[in-house]
Amino acid sequence: MPKDHGIGASLKRREDVRFLTGRGVYTDDMALHGQTYAVFVRSTVAHGRIKSVNTAKAAAMPGVLAVFTGEDFKDVGGNPAGWLINSRDGTPMREPKRPVLAHGKVRHVGDAYAAVVAETYAQAKDAAQQIADDSVIEELPAIVDMKAAVADASNRVHDEIPDNLCFDWGWIEDNRAAVDAAMQAAPHKVTLELVNNRLVPNAMEPRASIGEYNPGTGDYKLTTTSQNPHLTRLLVAAFVLGIPENKLTVVAPDVGGGFGSKIYHYGEEALVLAAAKKLARPVRWTAERSESFLTDAHGRDHVTKIELGCTKDGQILAIRTETLANVGAYLSNFSTATPTFLHGTLMAGPYKVPHVYVNVKTVFTNTAPVDAYRGAGRPEATYSLERIIDKMCRELNLDPFEVRRKNLLTPDQFPYTTPVGLVYDTGNYQATLDKAMAMADVSGFAKRAAESKARGKLRGMGLSTWIEACGIAPSHLVGILGSRVGLYDAATVRVNATGNISVMTGAHSHGQGHETVFAQIVAEKLGIPESSVEIVHGDTSKIPFGMGSYGSRSLAVCGTAMTKAVDKIIAKGKKIAAHMLEASEGDITFEDGKFQVAGTDKAKTFGEIAFSAYVPHNYPLETLEPGLEETAFYDPANFTYPAGAYICEVEVDEGTGKVDVVAFHCADDFGNVMNPLIVEGQVHGGVGQGIGQALLEFTTYDENGQLLTGSYMDYPMPRAEDVPFYNVDYSCQTPCTHNPLGVKGCGEAGAIGSPPAVVNAVIDALHRGGHTHVKHIDMPVSPSRVWSAING
Amino acid sequence: MTKVSMTVNGKAVSGEVEGRTLLSSFLREGLGLTGTHVGCDTSQCGACVVHVDGKPVKSCTVFAADVAGASVKTIEGMANADGSLSVLQQAFQDHHGLQCGFCTPGMVMSSAALLAENPKPTEHEVRHHLEGNICRCTGYHNIVKAVMAASGQDVSAVAAE
Repeated sequence: MPKDHGIGASLKRREDVRFLTGRGVYTDDMALHGQTYAVFVRSTVAHGRIKSVNTAKAAAMPGVLAVFTGEDFKDVGGNPAGWLINSRDGTPMREPKRPVLAHGKVRHVGDAYAAVVAETYAQAKDAAQQIADDSVIEELPAIVDMKAAVADASNRVHDEIPDNLCFDWGWIEDNRAAVDAAMQAAPHKVTLELVNNRLVPNAMEPRASIGEYNPGTGDYKLTTTSQNPHLTRLLVAAFVLGIPENKLTVVAPDVGGGFGSKIYHYGEEALVLAAAKKLARPVRWTAERSESFLTDAHGRDHVTKIELGCTKDGQILAIRTETLANVGAYLSNFSTATPTFLHGTLMAGPYKVPHVYVNVKTVFTNTAPVDAYRGAGRPEATYSLERIIDKMCRELNLDPFEVRRKNLLTPDQFPYTTPVGLVYDTGNYQATLDKAMAMADVSGFAKRAAESKARGKLRGMGLSTWIEACGIAPSHLVGILGSRVGLYDAATVRVNATGNISVMTGAHSHGQGHETVFAQIVAEKLGIPESSVEIVHGDTSKIPFGMGSYGSRSLAVCGTAMTKAVDKIIAKGKKIAAHMLEASEGDITFEDGKFQVAGTDKAKTFGEIAFSAYVPHNYPLETLEPGLEETAFYDPANFTYPAGAYICEVEVDEGTGKVDVVAFHCADDFGNVMNPLIVEGQVHGGVGQGIGQALLEFTTYDENGQLLTGSYMDYPMPRAEDVPFYNVDYSCQTPCTHNPLGVKGCGEAGAIGSPPAVVNAVIDALHRGGHTHVKHIDMPVSPSRVWSAING
Repeated sequence: MTKVSMTVNGKAVSGEVEGRTLLSSFLREGLGLTGTHVGCDTSQCGACVVHVDGKPVKSCTVFAADVAGASVKTIEGMANADGSLSVLQQAFQDHHGLQCGFCTPGMVMSSAALLAENPKPTEHEVRHHLEGNICRCTGYHNIVKAVMAASGQDVSAVAAE
C-alpha cells in the first residue's frame, strides 16, 4: 500500500488550488495605489556607439514623470559576475562592467539605454518611442560568430578586450600532457565536431518588477520574478545601487517558471527601485514577450570539438574537448561558471575514464547574455560525451548498450574520484541501464522497426547514460573553484503556540511544489499532519538568508537545512519535556509526535510542549529559554550525483526528414524520493525540454546580430503534439551518502539526459535505413537538416 | 473612452475602455480578474484563453469593445457553485497537470472547451486541441492525462505508446 502522507507519499499539491482557480498572485497581478509604469528604450542594433540620447521631447509628453539614461547610472556599481575564472596562463578573466542602462555603447539588440516612467503604460510606451526617434546611435559591425569574434582583434564588443575572449580555461591543465599522450597512444581515435544549440528560456511568465520607496522610513521594496530573492537583494543593494540591505525587502511572489533565467539580477530591477525613490511612487515594469526573447539570459550555445581515444573493443582511454562558449554581450551572474565548472567537471560522465582534459574559450558577442539554463553546462557535457560514444560504436561496429556497460563505473568503485575533480559518492549505473532496457523492450525493437517500415517510416533507438553534479553546492569546493558566494541554504522552523508550524525557507518554489513536499518532510519528522505545516518562501523580510532554487538544490541543500532545524526543535522539545516531566533530558524519547520518559507512561504531546514554550511560567530561565523556533544553515559536503539511462525511439520520414519521438523511457536514480508524483512531473518537463532542444529549438541571430527567432511565431516551442507520453521510473535508488534525506535532486535530469538519446536515435534510424554516410546532425534535428543529411 | 457592458462569470459588469483596450487588459486591470494571464505578444501561448459566449478565445487578441454584450467566462468562474474544484480542475490537481501555474488558466479554459465539444477525446485529439497553449514546465504529459481523466477515461496505464 503506498503511503498517503509523509515522506514518499504522492501527495497532491496544495498550491494547485490557487493556481487552478485564478488566485495565484504573480508580480504583474499586483495593483498598487499610485502606481506608475516604466518602459525601456532598447537598442535596435546589435552593436553601436551612443552618440546622443535626447530626452527633452519625451520628458514633456503627457503623463511622463521621469526619464533615465545611462548617464544617470554611470557612477553606480555594475551587475557583477559571481564566479571568477582564471585562464590557463593564470590571468583572471576579463570582466567588463554591466551597467543598469547602457552607457557609451549598446552591445546587443534589446540592450536598454534609456527608460521612461509615466502615469500609464501607453504614455510611457509613446515617450520611449520618442526617445528612440531622438537618439543617435552609430551602428558598428556586429560580432555574432564566435570563431570570427576571436579571430578579429579589431572589432570588439568591449573596447578594452581586444580578442573578445573572456577567458581560456583548461581543466585540468596539469593533466593535459598525460591526456595528449594517452590520446596519441590509443589504438582507435574518434573525433566529432558539434554545436549545442542556443536556447531561449521562455518561462511562461515574462520577467516583471515593481519598485516601491517609502520616503518616511527610507525603506525600499522590490517585488520581482526571482528564483532567489536574497541573492537579488544582495546584488541590487550591495553591488549596484548601494542601498543597505536592511533598507530593502525583496519579494518573489508566485513566479511562473524560471529554469535559470530568473536566478540573475537584471538592470530593470535596479531601474524601478531608483525610479521609485525619485518619484516616491510605485514603479512597475513587465516584459513583453519580445523583451524576454531579447534580454532574458539565454542558455547553451557551445561549439565543441571532442576527441575520444579507445581500444578496438570500446574501452574508453581518453577524452579531450575544445569548446567555444558564447557568453553574449555581458557577464550574467553565473555565466562564467556554466561552461566551466558545471560543464568541464562532468566530462568523465558515469564512466571510468583515466584521462580527460577540457578546454573552454568563452567569447563575448553582440548577442543577449548567456547563462545557466535548465541543466546548465551539464547538458552540454552529456551531449558531447553521449554523441561521441555512439560514434565510436558505429566506427568500431560495437553494440552501444554493451559499450556503455563496459565503461560504466561499478557499484564497488564508489567513492570514485574522477580525473576532472569530482568525487562521486554512490551510484548503480548498471541497475538504471538494465531497468531502462527492460522498460524499452530492447529485444522487441526489430519487430517494432518492421512495423514502422511497413508504414513507410525508419525507426531508430538511441541511448544515453547520463550523470550530473547537482545539489549546488559545497561552499568550500566552489570557493576554490572561483565562486564569489557560498552556496549553502537556510531554513527557520517556527513552532507556534498551539503547535502549528511555519517553515521559512531560503529555497524558492516556482513550480517545484515546495509548499507540499517540504511540509511532508516536516510532518513526518514531527509526527504531525501536513495540514499543520505552512511553508513560507520568497520574502527576504520573512525568510533567513538562503541562496534560492536552481541546480536541483532545493531539497538536497535547503531541505537538509530544514531537516536540521527540525532536529533542533526536537532537541529543544526534549529539554522542555524533561523540565515538565521532571525527568533527565537524556531519558526523553521523541516518537510519533510524543515526548516520553523512556520506560514510563509519562509523556507530553508535541502540542503541549509547544504551548508550554510560549507560556513558560515556571521555566528555569538560566538553562531553558522560552519559545520554540530554530534556524539551521546547511552547507553540503559534496555535490549530489543523480544518474540514469534514457532510451528514445524515433520514427523518421525519409521523404520529408520529419522526426517523431514515438517512445521515451527514463530510468533514473534520484536517491530517496520524497513525493513520486512531483518527481515524475519534474522528469516529464525536463524530457520535454530535451526533445525541444533536440528537434525544434533554433535560436538564430543573423550576421547583423538581429534575433530572427524573437517570438513564438519564429521560435518553435515544443507543443503537446510534439512529444509523447514518457515512461518514467525512479525505482533504482542509491541514497546520497552525505545528506540525511538521502536525496539527490531531479529538476534538471530530463533536460540533461534526453537530447543525446533523441539524436542518437535519429542517427540509428538513418543507418538502419541505409544512410550510413550520415555521421552526425546538429541540433535541432529539423526536417530540413535530416532531409539534407539523407540527400547530401 | 467608451463604456462597455458584458457578463463576466455570470455577473453584469461595465467599464470605460479605450478603443484599443484588449479584453485581457479589461479583465485584469479593469475588473481585477488576474487569473487570466498574458504570456506573449502574438496570440501564441494561450495563457489568456477565456470563453466568450461559450467559445474559447485568446483574450489578448480581442478588443474589450468588441465583446460588448457577450457572456465571458474566466478561470475565476470555473469552480463549482460551492467553491469546490470542477471535475476538470480536480483532474489537473489529481494528475499533477500544473507546475508553476502560469499557463494553467489557459490550459483549463481550452480543455474545457474541448470537452464541451468532444466528451471523450483521444490522446491525439487532446494534444492537437492544445496546440495553441504552451507549457514550459510539464512536458504536457500530465496535462494530457488530466484532460483524458476528466472525460472519464482510465488513464492509469498511460505510458509511452
